[in-house]
Amino acid sequence: MYDVIIIGAGVSGCAAARELSRYQYSTLVLEKCSDVAEGTSKANSGIVHAGFDNEPGSLMAKMNVRGNAMMEQLSKELDFPFIRNGSLVLCFDADDEYKLEDLKKRGEANGVPGLRILSGDQVREMEPNISDKVTAALYAPTGGIVCPFNLTIALAENAADNGVEFRLGTEVTDIKKKDGFYQVVAGGEEYSARVVINAAGVYADKFHNMVSEDKMTIIPRKGEYCLMDSTVGDFVHSTVFQLPTAYGKGVLVTPTVHGNLLTGPTATDIDDKEGVNTTAEGMNELLKKAELSTPNLPRREIITSFSGLRAHRPEHDFVIEEVDGAPGFVDVAGMESPGLSSAPAVGQYVAEIVQGILPAEEKTDFIGTRKGIPQMRYASFDERKKQIEKDPAYGNVICRCCTVTEGEIVNAIHRTLGATTVDGIKRRTGAGMGRCQSGFCNPRVVEILARELGVDEEQITKKGPGSQFLEGYDKEGIRA
Amino acid sequence: MKTDIAIIGGGPAGLAAAAAAHDAGVKDILIIERDNELGGILNQCVHNGFGLHTFKEELTGPEYAGRYVDMVKERNIPYVLKTMAMDISSDRVITLMSREKGIYTVEAGAIVLAMGCRERSRGALNIPGYRPAGIYSAGTAQRYVNMEGRMPGKEVVILGSGDIGLIMARRMTLEGAHVQVVAELMPFSGGLKRNIVQCLDDFGIPLKLSHTVVDIQGKDRVEGVTIAQVDEKMKPIPGTEEHYDCDTLLLSCGLIPENELSKSAGIKLDPVTKGPVVDESLETQVEGIFACGNVLHVHDLVDFVSQEASVAGEKAAEFVQGRLGTPVKEVGISCKGGVRYTVPASIDLGRMADKQVVRFRVGQVFKNARIVTYADGEQLSSVKKRIMAPGEMEQVILKKDVLQQHGDLQNITVAIETE
Amino acid sequence: MFKKELTCIGCPMGCGLTVTSDRDIPEGEDTFPVEMRDELTVKGNTCPIGDDYARKELTDPRRIVTSTVRVRGGSLPSVSVKTDHDIPKKLIGSCMSALKDVEVDAPVKMGQILVENVCGTGSNIVATKNINRVQ
Repeated sequence: MYDVIIIGAGVSGCAAARELSRYQYSTLVLEKCSDVAEGTSKANSGIVHAGFDNEPGSLMAKMNVRGNAMMEQLSKELDFPFIRNGSLVLCFDADDEYKLEDLKKRGEANGVPGLRILSGDQVREMEPNISDKVTAALYAPTGGIVCPFNLTIALAENAADNGVEFRLGTEVTDIKKKDGFYQVVAGGEEYSARVVINAAGVYADKFHNMVSEDKMTIIPRKGEYCLMDSTVGDFVHSTVFQLPTAYGKGVLVTPTVHGNLLTGPTATDIDDKEGVNTTAEGMNELLKKAELSTPNLPRREIITSFSGLRAHRPEHDFVIEEVDGAPGFVDVAGMESPGLSSAPAVGQYVAEIVQGILPAEEKTDFIGTRKGIPQMRYASFDERKKQIEKDPAYGNVICRCCTVTEGEIVNAIHRTLGATTVDGIKRRTGAGMGRCQSGFCNPRVVEILARELGVDEEQITKKGPGSQFLEGYDKEGIRA
Repeated sequence: MKTDIAIIGGGPAGLAAAAAAHDAGVKDILIIERDNELGGILNQCVHNGFGLHTFKEELTGPEYAGRYVDMVKERNIPYVLKTMAMDISSDRVITLMSREKGIYTVEAGAIVLAMGCRERSRGALNIPGYRPAGIYSAGTAQRYVNMEGRMPGKEVVILGSGDIGLIMARRMTLEGAHVQVVAELMPFSGGLKRNIVQCLDDFGIPLKLSHTVVDIQGKDRVEGVTIAQVDEKMKPIPGTEEHYDCDTLLLSCGLIPENELSKSAGIKLDPVTKGPVVDESLETQVEGIFACGNVLHVHDLVDFVSQEASVAGEKAAEFVQGRLGTPVKEVGISCKGGVRYTVPASIDLGRMADKQVVRFRVGQVFKNARIVTYADGEQLSSVKKRIMAPGEMEQVILKKDVLQQHGDLQNITVAIETE
Repeated sequence: MFKKELTCIGCPMGCGLTVTSDRDIPEGEDTFPVEMRDELTVKGNTCPIGDDYARKELTDPRRIVTSTVRVRGGSLPSVSVKTDHDIPKKLIGSCMSALKDVEVDAPVKMGQILVENVCGTGSNIVATKNINRVQ
């Protein structure tokens, strides 16, 4: 019997796991994918919103501003990349400028500090690539960018270091309400816990509806993105949003913490909760909209495109509460934007709820910090020298586009909750994320994974069962 | 550490440059190679067809590389393997990194850039659909099959009819896979005719011109792709979609010179070739740094890489020896009528050789057209060509004595003219 | 009446060639007998290379075959190989089948004969690369 079972190892589930690991709980995280951060948490804007556009008084407003304020300290404790680069909301029509004022007032009501309205010229002085058509903008200095998967990975690793158990590749198929506890069926096994936390992203409705008559609906809302090469990472410095225009809700253009340029997302409600394909229409729409903000968007530097699904609830607010009529079952649902920004606060909030249900003492031996993988591409030549002296594998470059070394890849495999897939290596180290998109390093990453995990290369996958790279040996298929 | 000439890249370009520099009298050379053997990408090009111009015989990639490796070894030219050049400064200090030696710097009298190129990725092509395993650039598949004896898939669709894609269609077929179709966005193939016949026709593999991949299915591993015909603007035509069940999509959609290091030295790049802008000596705009091979512009035949690299090696040697000559006057070369670029982009009348090779590519297929050169509008030469295609490199030769007759030469033009 | 379309590989022109003959390819064969070479009619070529190519392709088409052979104890798991002469096109498949179960011990030297007289073609399979032995 566990004290707590968390369904879903996305950013919300991992934030909750990490906060719960401060207390004397036995906690188990069940995740259907082969790695943490495999769902919405890996494919989003990576934005830490300032928190001005949420409805005052909503849970979103509260969690976002709190999460934003916590992010910097957390990034130091858990060693993940976070940059407070500021954000802009562009206005393209003088008649719409009152909307910026409204946003500013709303932000102030939410407690967002430092909001300012800038003139078009002030904006262009700050960001020379912004369109001449921009008449004014709202500037939020507390807006930031974060690596969404490394945030999630850091939270998960730290939770695991503090005793939280993770079962990856273990899909929850049933939840039975028992007398004072829940029985959770996952991956063919039964697990019991007094408290269940439903942080299942786009599937949160499915699990909620297993224990409640008050049905919930989560709609997968697809967002498509284009990522551009690090050669144009300084095209804009702040995160550039748009006021909604006649063309609909805008898209953002932002630098990423990895030094790339990102634009997106579109917003299309779909039926398929795994429907993460990109579409030609989506890409076209997205780039056209982005060019409203920055007409010279360097389209030719696109290195990849992807899409993610937001867990949209028609009521458009987070649900973080013990479910009525299902004591001990806590929803963390509807975690669409600003879910990532809110994650640190959400983790704390969930822990408070669990404390109310099942009080426990704080641990005395909680490990508050976690050290990430040494990243040679950001290190000075002196730092690299020292690292190679400690471990020569840090001198062997595997991914040439992003300067990721064998040392980093081996570290990613053998650390807490280490990578077992090529995508897992990519997210932890950046290998394969560059302009050649793993053309050169894929065979070498597969080789290192196989060697370190002690399996044949054919068993190495992109992202879990069914996604193997290799299909046997040469000449096997020759028909005599 | 110091060296007279540092050569970055131990592929066909780097090896030929090293041998030529040595023969020109510079013995203190260092070849820097990131892989664990010399030869570069030729090591995985196990097919034949290399070296007809250079050696008058048909060699496989490893054999062609082997000839140049032998030349380097006969001359005892030093080289380092498994060593990555991390940075080049404009004053020619190279920062190197390796497992064995950590991080260290080499001060070079001259540098020859010979880093080669990379393949255009799916992302750069913006192909919609899912992102499963089973999508490879043709070169990645080539490495798996030819170097590691592993099959990246069994039911294959190939997008792009560049030579690597065509070669891989044959390789995968011979090794037991089923290649269903090769789709090509353009109305013509960028590959050699010989490869279309011997890699596709020989095995009954259809080539669909003016077609592209419009969707990739499969959430974990590729399960299928959809191909559609495109119009003159390369936009897919609705209603022409055809589905193929397959587990693999190979991409052979062009090569891009790898110039990240060149950028670190502040070298100016040409937006068309994506390689450094060079003069008649193949010197970049940073003094003492030369470039050759696919890092300079993507070649069709390795023979031309070797020829070009020999020139770069010689010129680097002359630079080190102080005999490169003083620039007299730089004259730019303009492109006209379908000439996309020229290498070099300019020549100096003082430093040019008696006969200067100017290489270029055309932007479309020309039949029965002429390559015409002009000096300040006056025609210098006119050569009739039965056929010119974007997939093949062309060249013209400029003669020093002829150019010198033009008193105050301002401009040279290379043009394609149709009758 | 026999008719076949070919693409000449002599140059980038890639002339479309049409080969015709009063007689058909003998039953059970892929090509005409070599003696028929000069009796074929070739059209569509713009130079003599195309004519010669078409006659050769229809009477005695040959190819160099390149592949790899598995290596035991080498620095790489396989070595690149080729037929040292061109072999009849129709034997390409048999040649690949013959390589299926071949495995050689490192070291392998470039030019080393790995399979003699493959499929009775008179051609040998030779290594095109050096593979060092590793312990």
